[in-house]
This record gives sequence, structure tokens and C-alpha cells, in this order.
Amino acid sequence: MRKLGAVAATGAVLALALAAWTRPLPPAQGGGTVSGKVKFTGTKPAMPKIDMTEEPKCKAKYQGVPTDETVVVNANGTLADVFVYVKSGLPASYAAPAPTGPVTLDQDGCRYHPHVLGIQAGQTLAIKNSDGILHNIKAKAKANRPFNISQPTVMTSTKTFDKPEVMVALECNVHGWMHAWLGVLPHPFFGVSGADGSFTLKGLPPGTYTIEAWHEKYGTQTATVTVAGSETKTTDFSFAAK
Amino acid sequence: MTSVAATAHGAQAHHDDRSFVRKYIFSTDHKIIGIQFLFVSLFFLLIGGLLAMQMRWQLGFPGKPMPGGGILPETMAPGGVILPEYYIQLVTMHGTFMVFFAIMPLLVGVYANFLIPLKIGTHDMAFPRINMWSFWSFFAAGLVMLSSLFVPDGAARAGWTMYAPLSARHDYSGASLGQELWSLSIILVGLSSILGSLNYITTIINNRAPGMTWFRLPLSVWSLFITAILGLLALPVLSGAAIMLLFDQIIGTHFFDPAAGGQALLWQHLFWFFGHPEVYILILPAMGMVSDIIANGSRKPIFGYHSMVFAIVAIAFLGWIVWGHHMFVSGMNPTLGSSFMVSTLIIAVPSAVKTFNWMGTMWRGNLRFHVPMLHAVAFVAMFVIGGLSGIFMAATPVDMFIHDTYFIVAHLHYVLFGGSLFALFGAITYWYPKMFGRMMSEPWGKVHFWLTFIFYNCTFFPMHITGMAGEMRRLYDPNQYAFLQPLQPIRTFISISAFLLFATQLIFFVNFWWSLWKGKKAPQNPWEDNGLEWSLPSPAPHGNWEKVPTVYRGPYEFSSPQVAEDYLPQSKKLPSDREPARAPVAGH
Amino acid sequence: MHWWLPAKASTFTGPIDGLFLAILIITGIAFVLVEVGLIWFVVQYRERPGRKAFYTHGNTRAEVIWTAIPAVTMVALGLISNHYWVEIKGRHSIPANAYPIGIHAKQFEWQMTYPGADGKLGTGDDFTIRNQLHVPVGRPIVVQLSAEDVIHSFYVPQFRVRQDVVPGMDIKAWFQATVPGTYELGCSQLCGLGHYRMRAQVFVQTQEDYDAWMKQAAQEASQ
Repeated sequence: MRKLGAVAATGAVLALALAAWTRPLPPAQGGGTVSGKVKFTGTKPAMPKIDMTEEPKCKAKYQGVPTDETVVVNANGTLADVFVYVKSGLPASYAAPAPTGPVTLDQDGCRYHPHVLGIQAGQTLAIKNSDGILHNIKAKAKANRPFNISQPTVMTSTKTFDKPEVMVALECNVHGWMHAWLGVLPHPFFGVSGADGSFTLKGLPPGTYTIEAWHEKYGTQTATVTVAGSETKTTDFSFAAK
Repeated sequence: MTSVAATAHGAQAHHDDRSFVRKYIFSTDHKIIGIQFLFVSLFFLLIGGLLAMQMRWQLGFPGKPMPGGGILPETMAPGGVILPEYYIQLVTMHGTFMVFFAIMPLLVGVYANFLIPLKIGTHDMAFPRINMWSFWSFFAAGLVMLSSLFVPDGAARAGWTMYAPLSARHDYSGASLGQELWSLSIILVGLSSILGSLNYITTIINNRAPGMTWFRLPLSVWSLFITAILGLLALPVLSGAAIMLLFDQIIGTHFFDPAAGGQALLWQHLFWFFGHPEVYILILPAMGMVSDIIANGSRKPIFGYHSMVFAIVAIAFLGWIVWGHHMFVSGMNPTLGSSFMVSTLIIAVPSAVKTFNWMGTMWRGNLRFHVPMLHAVAFVAMFVIGGLSGIFMAATPVDMFIHDTYFIVAHLHYVLFGGSLFALFGAITYWYPKMFGRMMSEPWGKVHFWLTFIFYNCTFFPMHITGMAGEMRRLYDPNQYAFLQPLQPIRTFISISAFLLFATQLIFFVNFWWSLWKGKKAPQNPWEDNGLEWSLPSPAPHGNWEKVPTVYRGPYEFSSPQVAEDYLPQSKKLPSDREPARAPVAGH
Repeated sequence: MHWWLPAKASTFTGPIDGLFLAILIITGIAFVLVEVGLIWFVVQYRERPGRKAFYTHGNTRAEVIWTAIPAVTMVALGLISNHYWVEIKGRHSIPANAYPIGIHAKQFEWQMTYPGADGKLGTGDDFTIRNQLHVPVGRPIVVQLSAEDVIHSFYVPQFRVRQDVVPGMDIKAWFQATVPGTYELGCSQLCGLGHYRMRAQVFVQTQEDYDAWMKQAAQEASQ
């Protein structure tokens, strides 16, 4: 009986040690959630109109005149197109394989859709030209290999980014108003604030994290959040008009 | 004057027990080196043509998938549809391969090497080993340039003229390693040219046979001599500029980058200071060989031999002071536009003189239309068009309109293809028996000539018209401009003509290769010519002569009243001939 | 299908087209002389049995004539051309009252800066728009050209005007449009993969239409 107890105890100790030693994969369901809103304070800046007269095919896709997307303030006083991501806090041994499916960036109406997006390192970026007229995509990457490719007609090109980089600037030089921002991360914990200003980071392993919110004009802000189990923590950010 | 050839004792005709490798691969025999240049350059001529065919596909059938385009990677032609960045690589590499790896080595690398010692009456070049290095550095340069097509981010794409800062900065062009390999290759090409020029100049000055005075040299040798001087002085400027460009590209200098204190126009001045003498390097040897062939085909001496020599010298001299005509609208001081216009208009005169002298040679001749003569007469007819179109560009106000349009593309192809390449087809056919001991097929040579002549003019003449209408160069898709859309039928016509022109060259290539083994065995002097090379067996043996010949007269004594035949070789001694003042060196 | 020079829409077309035609006539004469001569010789002097060629080394008088005539022609052409060159591009060719427009070229667009209501560039009421060049008809216009990155080239075929735009240099070019209408401005120096698409529309308007457009565009730009 004592011998059996000793074996069981050893087995339990070994099991615990094994559990501690092997990497904690992100749980398929469950895990912690960090969500929140990105608020905007101050007077909403007027964004310049974009004159697309030189590109009739794109101009025709709009009822009114499109405006510059640098600052998009939602009706409820929140800021859209803010890239929110886990900057640090994941265990050193953490590694998530890049998803097999691509992230799509579409050029439609001579605008990038989405304007701000995230991708995992090693994941495929599918760049689609829905306009059928010449766009070039210049990626002014610094940690990754920069590129400049053209798409003269309706077509899709694929690219991958190997190294994390926040943020890679993308632009079209034929249509100088076209800009997009791409965040490349080694993990899937990122999101972009939408039309209601909210963001959600799901499936986080327990731990204390530095979350960063990035905006192309208003810069960055950070917050520290601790999650455990499958709880949801709320963190809001606030950017002020300059 | 002691003959330096006496010290080149390693190259006597009677002694040849070299290994296969020393005989045919690492050879110091000028004839083998010439043949090596011939094989490699013809390969690059084919590459240049293939690149052009792709360009013409896009221009003739814009945005359509190219037949066979599926083998190209997604970065060049997804689904066989050529991308804009690939198109400008095609434009750049077509020009680069044709100028540096086809026409220049065919004219100079082949014929300076092959003809000079034979035509001046000596055993080999003054520096046979340096000559060998001239070929191998050219070969290395070609490999480097070819490899640039296959590297990540693709080949150089700023045009063969490689204007900075587009060529100097990767973030402007989108190319990286490909641009750097271009610069490196050009440095090696410069080296090859310089080494060759050293040989050609020294050999002609020092190693002429007894009796071969300066004014008894064939015009082919005169033109190769003057070309070698041009090369010696011009290629270092190109190589220097290419080194500066390479440094901007890889080690962080900013010679040509205005954003960091450099000057964009500096590249243009350096490039064109080389570039204008370069285009005379690309035509003078052709003119010289055409002179030899026309005199032979007309059975008459060259009309105005001395004028022809002075014209060659004048063209070469004036060629140094016209480079700014490539830069009339570049932003350089407009006063320079005036001075360069004057020098450019003047340089038309010696070319006109040469044209009239060729006609004078044919006048009252007894014309034999062997294949080389067909090509030589076509040269005169086409070169005249190219030269006359140049006058439009020389007039600066007109150039403001036609600069960087297809009018320029038409001009350069009329002089380089209608001129130099036709001359080369003639020269290759003419000296083939002396190189290989066989004749190329005459009937197939005539078929190739006529089809090439027709398709060539159908391809390039209409470019004068699209240029006049304002069509710019290097456009992936001219239909983006409303004023250029009506010209699409002409563009398609040009493309189809170009495809037929390219297909026709298959006849030449097959004729060339097949005749090496199956051609009729060549007699010693199949064209009944007077040059010293025709006094040797076909093919000419290693070391050329056991004993160097003596020269009694000029090279163009056709239909001389002194003899019954209508030709009189330079080394044939007639009873009335006196020995030349300089006696042959004993035992030589 | 258009077989000739583009439509004439500026004061430069007179001298440039005229010079082009003059050169066409001169070179045309030379062309006919040489080509017909060659064909004539090829037919007349082809080899026939029993014939021998005429043994001669040349004729000095012929050499002098066919050197002198081209030389004199070229000198005359040079003098005439230079007269117009100085008028069009010379250092002092820009008319004093030319209306200024700033044009900044970058991969792959043209940015036009208009002087606004005060007619002067570099003042507070200037505004910039993309790829649209509006000019009043019948007035000399001076475009102040600058480049952001690589060499581009300002080219309007119907105006016959072309000027390379060089980074690191501020270059002025002038023209005077004569016919109201819409034209195209193209980039005429290979500037990268978008070179073929670097175009702008040129609107030549009567002074009233231009003023009306200016007012509206300035208003839109200030919003």
C-alpha cells in the first residue's frame, strides 16, 4: 500500500512537472479575453475630400465624394481603425503556428479594405485588385523585406512576412491617397477597432499582458491587464484630438 | 623598325602540338578567340531577340496572356500576362544584351580579333595572352548579366541607359541584386574592351607586314583601329561610372542621389560621354567591312579611299564632342544645347561623304550580288535612313518633341540593325570560309536576306510614324493615353512583323550551324578578293603564315589594267613591282 | 488613324512643325537621291559577261562637292534651329508676365500647385491638386518643375513641350496654349513600374472659365 502510494505520488509529481515543462498551447476554446473601447475626446477633425476624377472607374463607385481615412471618428464618439495587440506578456516558450488561411487586403474603389489590418508572421497576405485598373502595392517594411509590385488588372498576389513588425506602411503610388497599415505579429492576439470603436482579444493564456493601441496619427498607448482562466477583462483607451 | 612579331615565336605556323584545351578553350590564337566571341555573341543575340519578342507581345496584344508565358514565374507574368515591372526589365535587358553582348562583341570581339593579324600580315596579336583574357572577362560579364534575370526581385529595370537615381536606389526601382549585377557586369565588359583595344592598337601600329603602309590598309582595318582607340578612351569612363553606381547601390555612397547631396545629371554626363563614342564603336567596324565587301562585289577600287579614311577619323574625333545631344531636355544649361547641336549637325557630313563614296564605288562597277554584297548594299540603304532621321534629332527644337519617343527607337534600330546587323550578316558570310573552311549555303543566304529585309522594314519603319504622333518610349501600355489609342493597329502590325523577323533568323542560325559540318568545302579565295587573308588556306592555320607576306599594293585593286583577272591580291608580286623599303626580318 | 504630328495647340507648333517639315524635305531629297541611285546602279551595273568595271580610285572634285553641300546645309539648319531653340528654351526665353504654376513630380503622380487668387506662387492662398493642369488660353504659362524622387519628364504632345524634371533641381519651362480643350500630360522619362500610368489631364480654358474654376477649386481646397 505504501509502495503504491509512493508510485502514485511520484507519478503525480512527474505529471505536474511534465505539464509545467510542456508549452501551454492556446486553448481551442476558453482562455481569457481582453476587450474594450477606444474613445475619442475633443473636436472631430475635418478630413479632406479625395478627388478621384483622374480615375473614373473608381469615382463611379461612390455616391458622394469619399474622404481621407486618417482619422475616423464613429458616431458614438469612439475611434475606428485603431490597432490593438498584445505587445508583451506571453511566455517565452509560446509559439503559435501561422494559420493556413490568408488575410485578404482588397483594393476596391481605389481604397484599401481594410485600412488597418493584422496578420501573423508566416501567414499569407492575399492582395486583391478588384478595380481592374493599375494599382501598385509598395510595402515600406523595415524588419521584413520591402517590396513594390504592380497589379495592372483584376488579380490577386500573395506575400508573406516572416518577422514581427508594427506597423508596415502600404501605399499605392498611382493613387497617392491610398494608404494601409499592416501589423505583423508572432501570435494571433490582435484586433482593429471597428465602427463602434470596440476591440476583442480572445483565447489568451493566463498571465499579465501589456496591451498597446496604435493609431496612425495619434500614436500609441499602453495598458497592463492580467487575465486568468476564461475571464473577460475590460480595458479602454482614449485618444485626444490634437 | 623591328617587328615585334619576331618575338611572338610561340605562334609559328609549322608547329602546333597544343592540347585540346589549349587549342580550343584557353586559346591564345586570335582566330580561335574571334570564333569564341562569335559563338557566345550569337547566343546573346538570340537572348536579346527573345526579350524583344516578349516586349512586342505586350505591345501588340496588351494585357493578353503570352503563348508559352506560363513558364514565367508569378512575379514576372502571372497567368502569362506580362506585368509592368517585368516589361521594363525586358526593355532594359534587351538593350543591354544587344549593345554590350551582341553587336559590340560581334563587330569588335570577333572581327578585330579574327581579321587584324590576317589582314596586316602577321602571325598573331602583339599580346596573345591578354587577348585571351579579353575573351574570358567578356564571357564572365555575360554570365553575370544573364544571372541577373534569375535573382530575387528580378533584373535591372531603368532602361539600358540606367539613369540615376532610379537605378541607384532599390526603394525607387523595386530591384535589388539585379541592378547590382548589371553594374558589376558592365565593369567586366569595360575590362574586356580595354584589354582588346590594347592589342588591336599595338598590333596594327607595330606588326604590319613589309610593304603594308598605313594607306594600303583595308578600310576594315582602319575602322577597327580607330574603333579600338575610341574603346580604349571611352570604356574606362563607363566602367568608372558603373563603379560609382555600384557603390551607391551597395556601400552607401550618394554620387547620384540628390536626396543625399549627389547629382542626378552626373550619371547622364558620364554615361553619354562614353555612350556617344560607343555608338560609333557600334558602326565604324561595320562601315569598314562593308567597304571591303562593296569593293569586292563591285569589282572596283573603293571610290575616294583617302576621303574614306579621313571620314572615319573625323567621325571618331567629332564623336567625343556630341554627347550632350542625348541631353537636350535633361535640364542641362540650354546654351550647351546650342553647342552640342552644332557639333552633332557637323558629324552628319563625314557619314554623308562615306555614303556617296560607297555609291561611287558601285557606279560603273561590274556588280556581283553574292550574299555578302546583298547585305552590304542593304547596309547603305538602311544606314542612310538611320542617319537622315538623326538630323531631326540634331535640330534641338525638333528634338524637344521627338526625344524619348519611338522616333528615336526607329533611328537607333535603323543604324544598329539596318546598319550594323546587316553588315554583320554580310561579314559572317564573307569570312566564314576563312574561319571554318566551308561555305554557307548561298540560296538559303539569299532567302534569309530578302525575308529579313522585308520584315525588318515592316517592323521598324512604322516606328517613325508612331514617334511623330508622340508615342513615348518604354511604355508598358500606351493605350492608357487617349491620343495613343488610335495607334494600336500600327503597334500590332509592328509586333507581327517582329515575330516574323525573329522567325526568319532561324534560317540564318540553321545555315550557320549546319554549314559548319555540311557546308561546301571552301576554296582558298572564294570571293576572288585581294586581302592578305585570302592568300592562306581555308581555314587559316595556327600562326597564319610560315613566312610573313610582302605587300605591293593597296587592298582594292579590282579590274586593274595590269592583269587580265578582275582582282589583284595585295601580296602578288608582278614583274613591275619593287620590293618595299622595309625588308622582311630574317627567318620570319 | 493619325499619320502625322499631333494637333497644334500652342505657339511652339509653328516653329517646331515648320522646322520638322523643312528637315523632312531636305532629308527626303537626300533619301530619294541615295535610294533611287542605289536601285539604278544595282540594275544598270550588274555583272554581265565580257564587261569590266571602270578602274578609278575616285574624283577629288566630286569629293569636294559632296562634302561642301551637306556641310553648308547643316550649318544653315543649325543657325535656323538655334534661333528657335533660344526662343523656346533659352535662359531668357520665359516671358516676364508668364503665369506661374508649380508642378511637383513623384512616383507616379503630378502635383499641381496653383497660385490662387493673388496670382503668385509661394503665398498663403496657394493650393495643390493631383493630376489636373488647368491653364488659361492665350497667356504664357511658366511651370516650375520639381521632382520628389527620380527623374520624370513633363510632356504635352499637342503643345510640343517637353522638359525633364530632375530631383535636386528647380527647372522652369514655359508654353502658351492656343486652343481651348482637353489634352493629356504624360511622363516621358522612365520612372519605375508605374511610369506608363503617370498621366494628368490638361484643361485649356478661356480666362473666364479658368477664373471660375480657380475660385471653386480654391474653395474646395480650403475645406
